[in-house]
Amino acid sequence: MTAAVEFDAITCTFAGKAGSYTAVKGVSLAIGAGEFVSVVGPTGCGKSTLLNVAAGLLGPSSGTTRVFGEPLAGINRRAGYMFQSEALMPWRTALANVTAGLQFRGVAPDAARARGQDWLERVGLGGFGDRYPHQLSGGMRKRTALAQMLILDPQILLMDEPFSALDVQTRQLMENELLELWNADRKSVLFITHDLEEAIALSDRVVVLSAGPAARPIGEFAIDLPRPRDVSEIRHDARFIELHDRIWHSMKEEVLKGYAQTRNRVAS
Amino acid sequence: MRYLRLWQLLLFVGIFALWQVLAQPELLPPIVWDNPHRAAFFFGEPLKIFKVVWEWFAGGVIYEHLWVTLQETALAFVIGSVLGLVAGLWLGLSPTASALFDPYITAMNAMPRVVLAPIFMVWFGLGIWSKVALGVTLVFFIVFFNVYQGVKEVSPVVLNNAVMLGANRRQLLRYVYLPSATSWLFSSLHTSVGMAFVGAVVGEYLGSARGVGYLIQQAEGAFDINTVFAGILVLTAFALVLDFAVGKVERRLLVWRPSQSETEKL
Repeated sequence: MTAAVEFDAITCTFAGKAGSYTAVKGVSLAIGAGEFVSVVGPTGCGKSTLLNVAAGLLGPSSGTTRVFGEPLAGINRRAGYMFQSEALMPWRTALANVTAGLQFRGVAPDAARARGQDWLERVGLGGFGDRYPHQLSGGMRKRTALAQMLILDPQILLMDEPFSALDVQTRQLMENELLELWNADRKSVLFITHDLEEAIALSDRVVVLSAGPAARPIGEFAIDLPRPRDVSEIRHDARFIELHDRIWHSMKEEVLKGYAQTRNRVAS
Repeated sequence: MRYLRLWQLLLFVGIFALWQVLAQPELLPPIVWDNPHRAAFFFGEPLKIFKVVWEWFAGGVIYEHLWVTLQETALAFVIGSVLGLVAGLWLGLSPTASALFDPYITAMNAMPRVVLAPIFMVWFGLGIWSKVALGVTLVFFIVFFNVYQGVKEVSPVVLNNAVMLGANRRQLLRYVYLPSATSWLFSSLHTSVGMAFVGAVVGEYLGSARGVGYLIQQAEGAFDINTVFAGILVLTAFALVLDFAVGKVERRLLVWRPSQSETEKL
């Protein structure tokens, strides 16, 4: 079966004022169709770089990305991207934000509005379509962003620590909602996070990235927990704890390395 | 502070009363000038000033002039804003054009543009268009710099998000750059309307047949200081009304902007 996204020896080197910096080096990784893969790793290890490569926002220095078997050139039209920071257009209402992608594709305004309203209801924001982003709470803005992405029905979801800015309760709610929506039609997901618990609770497979620079995958773990899952309950499952220990063990060294590097960078 | 408006009004009355007392001939013994009429000649007398204002409005003379000034202001504002918006978007999005024009923009902005008034008079005559042209040169740069900044500071995340949602280059311009730039345009609304007004009045003052600036210029030629002050007073009140209207429009247009006092969330 062809993978939804396949990285083949991806290397990204950035030219900076203080010399060049290699964020990721020789990364080969495949995300199967309908698979939920999380990439975890210490902060600053180039997780977002990988995601931008998959989205086509960033061309790799070397290596190729294949999307359903075809080499990716330019923007990945089959992917939806959910950003870590605020990405909603502040001058548009929630509904207008959700329907933006339809508008760009030339869908008639009435049809777009109807579908937008439907999606707002699906993410629990039925009565908030006329609110502007600043009038919504952080969790509601994330729901809007989720609807904005899903309304286009992309085959691949790229998610860059989408819930990291939320408080714990809202976050678990959002994670459960994401799983529910994903369960409905099993899209391929590449989920970036620094939170190992989140990664295990959501994914079919967890990939551990080494500390940067020149980050690369150092471990892959299949998560054989049964679905459907409830993220707040599954954390107490014995198998979950076992997996967590194993992955954490392999990550620990890298996290410490990453931490030491950040500290040195601050000190120097 | 309680009764703030009342205190503000009292201050207003107080200032004009003091002015009246100091300037009225033969009310106070001479201090600075021997001639008791000298103070009134230089500084005018509030009572006479208000009488002129009253006569203007009651007799209906002023409306025609105010209307001309308003027309000039509005035209200068609209034309200057549109030109500034287009130029700002263009230079903001094209690094080559921006690099090429940079020194000229800086030079033209540094130039005291009031000196262009005589040239505009020659080009456009004594009617409203020479005043509009002067106002446009003032408004253009304010809008231009704001829009340019607005284009440069579009959030890269919002931009990337729009790209991922399928926006092409033209759609990015229309749905991301333009709204972002116009929000900066609106935040400079007060300044640019004010500048359009300055352009109109200064233009009228330098040569015209109608407008409030013309009234002031005429009165000055006849050493009628009370009428000059009356003109200034009317212009100030007019500017206040204009500013108030702009504030209303601004609140309407920038409804999506978070304001600090906003508590309504959820």
